[in-house]
Amino acid sequence: MSTPIVVEGLCKRFGSFDAVTDVTFTAPAGAVTALLGPSGSGKSTVLRMIAGLEEPTAGRIFMGDEELTVKSVQERRVGFVFQHYALFRHMTVQQNVEFGLRVRKAEVEQRRTRVADLLELVHMAPFADRYPHQLSGGQRQRVALARALAPQPSVLLLDEPFGALDAKVRQDLRRWLDELHRELGVTSLLVTHDQEEAMELANQIVVMHEGRVEQVGSPGAIYDDPATPFVAGFVGSANVLHGEVVDGHVHLGSMRIPGAAHLDEGASAAAYVRPHDVMVNRDGGDVTAVVERVASLGWLARVSLRLPGGETLVAHVPKEDLHGAGEGDEVQVDLRNPKAFFAPAPEIQVEEVAP
Amino acid sequence: MSAAAASSAIPITPRGRWGKRWILIGCLAWVGLLLLLPLVAIVITVVRSGAETVLDTLRAPDVLHAFLLTAQITVVTVLVTTAFGVMVAWVLVRQRFRGRSLMNAVVDLPFALSPVTVGLACVILFGPGGWFAPFFQQRGIQVIFALPSMILVTIFICIPFTIREVVPVLEEIGLDEEDASRTLGASVWHTFFRVTLPNIRWALAYGIALTTARAIGEIGAVLIVSGLLQGKTETATLFIYRAYEDRQTPEAYVVALVLASVSVALLLAIELFRHHEERERTRA
Repeated sequence: MSTPIVVEGLCKRFGSFDAVTDVTFTAPAGAVTALLGPSGSGKSTVLRMIAGLEEPTAGRIFMGDEELTVKSVQERRVGFVFQHYALFRHMTVQQNVEFGLRVRKAEVEQRRTRVADLLELVHMAPFADRYPHQLSGGQRQRVALARALAPQPSVLLLDEPFGALDAKVRQDLRRWLDELHRELGVTSLLVTHDQEEAMELANQIVVMHEGRVEQVGSPGAIYDDPATPFVAGFVGSANVLHGEVVDGHVHLGSMRIPGAAHLDEGASAAAYVRPHDVMVNRDGGDVTAVVERVASLGWLARVSLRLPGGETLVAHVPKEDLHGAGEGDEVQVDLRNPKAFFAPAPEIQVEEVAP
Repeated sequence: MSAAAASSAIPITPRGRWGKRWILIGCLAWVGLLLLLPLVAIVITVVRSGAETVLDTLRAPDVLHAFLLTAQITVVTVLVTTAFGVMVAWVLVRQRFRGRSLMNAVVDLPFALSPVTVGLACVILFGPGGWFAPFFQQRGIQVIFALPSMILVTIFICIPFTIREVVPVLEEIGLDEEDASRTLGASVWHTFFRVTLPNIRWALAYGIALTTARAIGEIGAVLIVSGLLQGKTETATLFIYRAYEDRQTPEAYVVALVLASVSVALLLAIELFRHHEERERTRA
């Protein structure tokens, strides 16, 4: 039931546009691998090429020892779940789930039991005779999942499966899918633009950007040890501080941020620092900064700071660590775990920090 | 000051309401007089001519043959335009190729072209001394002044109806369901008959109803290519045309009423299909 998926040097050109360039990764057997990236990063195209719905311009696809590259969609035996459910609108829930079994000419008895089992598994048994338009979004996606699982595929491909659902339903379904995967252990490849979703569900994350793979690693590695500036900025939020490399540190104004030993002396560089890695003290820090704004996020405070050089810095700190510091007060700042990258042109420093 | 503001904020005055009512009355008169009056006139004339005339007309061999011919042409036309119409619509929506927009425009040609022109073109191709005449003559197949050419021109004229009904529905449904079917192991044919066809069935029925109505009522192109051989190449519309010319007006009216009744029945069917289609479209 569990087979690894191996993708080697996959490329896809649409006209003169390179949607996917040289994508290589392995989705381990029985695990959940997330393809994470912003929209237009080519992640859905990779998934569709694995399913056979899109023909690669170059590269090879394997499922275990078997090469899929030239096989038809029908021969690949993948389960595919679409963002907009793609249920057959003129068929009942029961008929939808049964479709793949009918196509593969399963015995009537076998079909009935399998459909009943699956509907039980996705908690949709009482809705067997309903039509898709009579169901909610979450229910439809559960039916779509049962339908994809019915012919016992060796791998499950999910294309933004929660993308069309509202936040609460998405949360519930995500947790439920996690449990289901633990139960079934089928190799799964999940396309998502939601980093939280990827972090929560996946054993391995493939970060994609502009058709290329930026980094492959465990959720922990991706977050703590981003390989590229893009990963550092896209997964989790980060402050970006531009400066010059001097003696293994990124210098900006009076600030010296460590961790740039791998960069050339004198090169322009960007240091990425997570908001929760910005330590705020009343005294005894490296740099003095001015508090510009304090916003309460429950037990945490989101503090906007202005550095002596004029750059802004966002910190997430427990409220008690502020010791009553408010707008206009001077505080001391320490930076933990900065990641320095070569940054060709020092851009305007506007960093994305989610609340 | 507040009173002034309030009065300027209310645009519906009694006069405005009357304006609306007059437009409605005008439209009712327009629809009633121009669309329904001719139909009513035929019904009254036929009723006045008496049951005997009606029965005699409907038993006349020429009339029966005319109905048979119209039915034959219509059935073949519907079968051919439906099969090819679905194919063309599918290609137009699902495939991107050079010349696609040209094909899209050419499909509507029969809407713009006068049927008489179509008939003349058919004569040029298949008529005496025509381009393809020798080919069929050698094989002893009579095309012009016979059923084949009459079917051919009717098909030509009816080509756009199915395509224009099916294309928007296919576009709206999108590719997802077909993709899902294929990932579940269904072949292209299985996918078409089990997934695509059920999704477009009402649009298809609507297109077939329109095609039928058009095929039954066609006269211009058929008039040219038929050669007007009484009792041989005379469709129902051509019978009406000749009977009227020969001053057999009661017979002409009776046949006209039959055609009009079929059209009204089709119209009701079309409304039903449209209703179903709209209901289906609101599902997602």
